[in-house]
Amino acid sequence: MKFTIKGAVAALAATTALAFPASAELTGTLRIFFNDQNPAPKEAMEGMVERFGEMHPDLNIELTLIDREANKTQIRNYLTANAPDVNGWYAGNRMRPYVAAGLFEDVSDLWDGPMGDDLASTRPALTLDGKQWGVPYSYYQWGIYFRQDIYDELGLTPATTWDEEKANCQAILDSGRKCYTIGTRFLWTAGGWFDYLNLRTHGYDFHMALTAGEVEWTDDRVRETFANWRELIDMGAFIDDHTAYTWQEAQPFMVNGDAVSYLMGNFVVAPLREAGLTDDQLGFYQFPEITPGIPMAEDAPTDTLHIPAQAQNKEAARAFLQYVASAENQTIVNETLGQLPINRNATVADDKFIQAGFEMLSNATGGIAQFFDRDTDAELASAGMEGFQEFMVMPDNLDAILNRLERVRQRVNED
Amino acid sequence: MPANSDPQTRSWWSANQIRLAPWLFLAPGMAFFALYVIFPIFQSFQISFYRWDGLGEARYIGLRNYEDLFDDPAFYTSLRNNVKWLLLYLLAIPGGLFIALFLNQQVRGIRLYKSLFFFPFVISQVVVGLVFAWFYNPAIGLFNPLIGMFGFSPMNILGNPNTVTYGIIAAGLWPQIAYCMILYLTGLNAVDPEQVEAARLDGAKGWKMLWYVILPQLRPATFIAVVVTVIGALRSFDMISVMTNGGPFGSSRVLAYYMFEVSLSEYGFRMGYGAAIAVILFLIMLVYIAFFLWRMWREERGY
Repeated sequence: MKFTIKGAVAALAATTALAFPASAELTGTLRIFFNDQNPAPKEAMEGMVERFGEMHPDLNIELTLIDREANKTQIRNYLTANAPDVNGWYAGNRMRPYVAAGLFEDVSDLWDGPMGDDLASTRPALTLDGKQWGVPYSYYQWGIYFRQDIYDELGLTPATTWDEEKANCQAILDSGRKCYTIGTRFLWTAGGWFDYLNLRTHGYDFHMALTAGEVEWTDDRVRETFANWRELIDMGAFIDDHTAYTWQEAQPFMVNGDAVSYLMGNFVVAPLREAGLTDDQLGFYQFPEITPGIPMAEDAPTDTLHIPAQAQNKEAARAFLQYVASAENQTIVNETLGQLPINRNATVADDKFIQAGFEMLSNATGGIAQFFDRDTDAELASAGMEGFQEFMVMPDNLDAILNRLERVRQRVNED
Repeated sequence: MPANSDPQTRSWWSANQIRLAPWLFLAPGMAFFALYVIFPIFQSFQISFYRWDGLGEARYIGLRNYEDLFDDPAFYTSLRNNVKWLLLYLLAIPGGLFIALFLNQQVRGIRLYKSLFFFPFVISQVVVGLVFAWFYNPAIGLFNPLIGMFGFSPMNILGNPNTVTYGIIAAGLWPQIAYCMILYLTGLNAVDPEQVEAARLDGAKGWKMLWYVILPQLRPATFIAVVVTVIGALRSFDMISVMTNGGPFGSSRVLAYYMFEVSLSEYGFRMGYGAAIAVILFLIMLVYIAFFLWRMWREERGY
């Protein structure tokens, strides 16, 4: 009860802070470790810090930008020694090791306030053991990005069912192109394909049960998902030698027209535009239905900010997270990022792909998954994605792959 | 009475000074060696009996990590790759020797040629890895056009589980051959010209000259070349990390990389399992270290 009241007061203080800046005087230093150095995220974060700093002139804010990949291993060090006051991470099961070790601050008090209603759509993704452990600032849709001009040339329209998808793919293959580009060198891209095939074949609930380790990997339903995947592999739908490429190195195949579509997150749009594709050439469609009647569920990974348990200035950190969650901030930040705001009162940017994603996710009645490596246990994520890559190259190894994954699942569940 | 004027103490120091001095000089080195090498070895043994994610509480599970390890196909893949690395990496020694013999002549600009051959060893392993990764890249690399000129069909060296390890070893050999070459070039400077002259008078030439006269005199260089090459093969970690991340689907891992992957990488939270791999790797290397020490000891005694 104590928490709720405190949270409500804090929330009230923060919502009125805009109107009466003097009412919440924050002092000291606020240290922020943000996990992206790329131009757009850097600009977005620096903007957040600047606007927050103007509201609290007595607060000294130190922002450190860490490389996205480096942060994934450095987080262990900085959470246990010399922790910042706010750090960037991801929603879903990827929070679990740090939550279980008591390294993330419980911020349920913030979520109990009005902020919780504004961010309601991602509450499950930030909840572990019945509490919330961070605040989201952005998310983005996954789906199939395709070459509109090549579709037009072949007289195709984006598929809405699995049979149409395969028929379109056959037409593309007959024209001497590949249906899908993909670079599996860093494995996770194959995770996207598995997520969608499994979500469409068996639905959200089964997918979440599987990624949570509640269903055996040797289950026949898992095999059905792989059987659907195999149809595409046997057609030769994916580009050759994809194991050698990163997701960036796979883009030229689409830009050059050697491959027609790409199952990816919305962040692929910026580099494709930079490579010279216009919005007339580039289209987007939702991954088609496979099993009729299953509500459509989507992958939409959420980027989040957290307060380390060992933070020095938690008061300022809480105020900052509340500002991050505000509709005003989320509108500006996601305009910069080219992604979707989570706050339901925020405005979605006027961009073809962002609007399409917003539309799709608003109607995702099945549910919203994070991504394979954020929904599963870390060990299963790495073994799983490695198995998906192997399957895409050697589909005949499926039995060995599934047995291996099942062993990992059993070991993980023993704890 | 102040202690420093005590005649008893002073005489003990002067009596033992010679005996103590080397130990005093060795002390800092020994202390750090104990702290950063010996102690972590025992710590690894200890951690390998626990289940620990590196953050929370460790739980004792006895030999479970080792049971898992011997049941793990990835462990055997890594071990096999380690053996491939050890054997094929030794090709750097004859390779270096022949380049050294070739370059060991007095012609104009030989210093320039020597530096050019030595160049790959100067650049960082990471750069070598990147360059070769691009070289092999099936979309943009030069490798496929190159073999195409000899009528071979395109290959995806780093994306094919059967070729990937050989591709990385070839990249690693490039700087390693240069290193062995330098060792042999310095060794060749020390070859006694009178013995060569004498052998020539006795009618030795070509392979016989090399095998019976030159090579025995290059023995110290060969020994060092073997040592650094074996160590190089065991340090293959950075090449693998840069070129393939252990892929495709784990087929280019070696034990050191697998250890890193399970305990320290993006999805690695199994410190105990990683420690168990470290222990096995240590035991394998112990064989090599024992041979090395035995060899040193024998040499010190003068054969």
